[in-house]
Amino acid sequence: MTLGPITLGHFLSLGGLLFALSVVGIFLNRRNLIVLLMAIELMLLAVNLNFVAFSHYLGDMSGQVFVFFILTVAAAESAIGLAILVVLFRNRSSINVEELDELKG
Amino acid sequence: MALSQNLLLTIALAPLVGALVAGLAGKTVGRRGAHTVTILGVLISFIGSVIVLKAVAVDGLRFNATIYEWLVIGGLKMEVGFLVDGLTAMMMCVVTFVSLMVHIYTIGYMEKDPGYQRFFSYISLFTFSMLMLVMSNNFLQLFFGWEAVGLVSYLLIGFWFKRPTAIFANMKAFLVNRVGDFGFILGIGLIVAYGGTLNYAEVFAKAPELAKLGFDNPFGGADWMLITVACICLFIGAMGKSAQFPLHVWLPDSMEGPTPISALIHAATMVTAGIFMVARMSPLFEFSDTALSFVMVIGAITALFMGFLGIIQNDIKRVVAYSTLSQLGYMTVALGVSAYSVAVFHLMTHAFFKALLFLAAGSVIMGMHHDQDIRNMGGLRKHMPLTWITALLGSLALIGTPLFAGFYSKDSIIEAVHASHLPGAAFALFAVTAGVFVTAFYSFRMYFLVFHGKERFHHKPFPGEDDHGGHDDHGHAHTPHESPWVVTAPLVLLAVPSVLIGFLTIQPMLYGDFFKDAIFVDAAKHPAMAELAEGFHGAAAMALHGLTTLPFWLAVAGVVVAWWFYLKQPAIPAAIDARLKPLRTLLENKYYFDWFNEHVLARGARLLGLGLWKGGDVGLIDGAIVNGSARAVGALAGVVRQVQTGHLYWYALVMVLGTFGLLTWRLWPYLSGLLR
Repeated sequence: MTLGPITLGHFLSLGGLLFALSVVGIFLNRRNLIVLLMAIELMLLAVNLNFVAFSHYLGDMSGQVFVFFILTVAAAESAIGLAILVVLFRNRSSINVEELDELKG
Repeated sequence: MALSQNLLLTIALAPLVGALVAGLAGKTVGRRGAHTVTILGVLISFIGSVIVLKAVAVDGLRFNATIYEWLVIGGLKMEVGFLVDGLTAMMMCVVTFVSLMVHIYTIGYMEKDPGYQRFFSYISLFTFSMLMLVMSNNFLQLFFGWEAVGLVSYLLIGFWFKRPTAIFANMKAFLVNRVGDFGFILGIGLIVAYGGTLNYAEVFAKAPELAKLGFDNPFGGADWMLITVACICLFIGAMGKSAQFPLHVWLPDSMEGPTPISALIHAATMVTAGIFMVARMSPLFEFSDTALSFVMVIGAITALFMGFLGIIQNDIKRVVAYSTLSQLGYMTVALGVSAYSVAVFHLMTHAFFKALLFLAAGSVIMGMHHDQDIRNMGGLRKHMPLTWITALLGSLALIGTPLFAGFYSKDSIIEAVHASHLPGAAFALFAVTAGVFVTAFYSFRMYFLVFHGKERFHHKPFPGEDDHGGHDDHGHAHTPHESPWVVTAPLVLLAVPSVLIGFLTIQPMLYGDFFKDAIFVDAAKHPAMAELAEGFHGAAAMALHGLTTLPFWLAVAGVVVAWWFYLKQPAIPAAIDARLKPLRTLLENKYYFDWFNEHVLARGARLLGLGLWKGGDVGLIDGAIVNGSARAVGALAGVVRQVQTGHLYWYALVMVLGTFGLLTWRLWPYLSGLLR
């Protein structure tokens, strides 16, 4: 079996796979808020991968510029998310997702 | 002296000032102050009215002008204005004179009453309202006066407001009058809608035009004439105010009020407002034979059947009250046959002799220490000579003894009905002729039972109804005594016109031109008055001729039968009672009108109200619409909020699935192309 050249389809498949993985991670994870945050990060990375792949194959640099922005925002978001997590843990002594249902109608 | 605006304003407002002083400052001015100021106000009005009457009758002056423009809506002006002609001047004099007499009489009658100042305030207010009613030159002011006299009547019937019967009676009077007033305001509305103005003179000028208009009959068939509907609506107002069948039920009960107001309001003036109004509207009524026939038949029914009820009453005031109903029926019949001047003439004579009879009845009641049952009286002639003689004169005038006032007016009515050719005239003629006998019978039944025969007041065979809450605890077996001069003086002063006024005024009022411009009669269509004038050869000749006519002999027969039944052979009426038990029951229940009103109309209205309250308001509006919508939103929200689990992963799932669904939907054409 010979491996052909790596095409755009491969990158998109990998991105889709990563995205699906992170979505499933969000749903199936009922225990840990940190895993949730990580799944969100993964989701962003999957999107970034798409951006880079398209940028490369279409010869347009703006996609890669966009990735830098997204990375910056993702870093900021993780910082805030972790800060909230710390405060949450101080208040409730738990980061169990099942127990966080205060918004229930 | 010309008819100045200031004079007319003084006449109308003087009683109002008196009423305000006595009513608002009654405690300050005291009893003497209250009666002085109100009597002074009415006296000024009376003197002014006499001046006006002289100016109108002798100098031929007229007044018709707007005093104050209240407001203008579009082209419709609402104004306060006075119209003074023969009809108005005559009414003003009657109202102020009777009112003055009643004011003086009240000093004696209400002497011990705690509501003395209030009473004077009310009757002065009444005089003001009645003057506004009769002096008006437009429908709006007429309606104001109409409602104001109704209000004062309500207040005075319930004057002794601690007695439940009085409260029931004044509520009844108010409610029955609402029925009439509803018709009245519909009539005014029709006239304004089609005539475009409230002013009498302008409406009357348009009457021939209005008479040609018709509108669709809601029940199918021929079109209704506008003028007929408007006139019948106006007359329904008159039926309420003037207590015509079937809206008569309130008047007998209104006797719960003090006797002076029975004389002033429920005999002499307010109840005749309906008669006055129809006479004033004669230019409209003349265009509708249907309305006139309706008026006549209603009047005839009232004249005869209310008279029957007078026969079996034992309360002295109620006998006079039913007699008033019957006499109002006579006036209405006269209106129906287009003899408006005769109706107004009878209104005037009736005002004098009926006020006299009521005040005499009041004097008797005082003498009897507020026992009103005529079966407890008898032989009062010796003890109350002045009351006796004036009551006799009043009764003679009432039954139509030649030369007395009532004779001229009542005989003219009968003659006018005789000359009428409208449908229903035959029945009306029978009713008014038979009514003469009935009138004479019940009047003299009362007269004989009260003033002649055995003195029954020592034993009191019947527990009397007391008129005066709490005042009759002093000895029941007292001998009656003559009333003080403030009571007897008005009796004497009223007895004079009761005897003379007919003889003196029949010529100018019926056959002269006193009412020429106030009352319009279409002589070609309704020749009754013209025929009457042909047969009239002076008041004295009429009295002589009267001796040979059927009504006179019927009256004599009534008196003789009353004398025979109640003085000579008291066993006869008892025997007749026993024989005609069902008839007696029917009369005692007043033809079951009260029963019908209370059990069918009042209960029906209450049930309807209860249904609308429980079903419509509580059930539909509160339950279904207001609370129902809130509950529906609540129930929906209860279902929808199950979606809000509070778990982040759930929200994320929904979001992702939503995005997936949306994208699939939007991109489907492209995706399907790819898959192929």
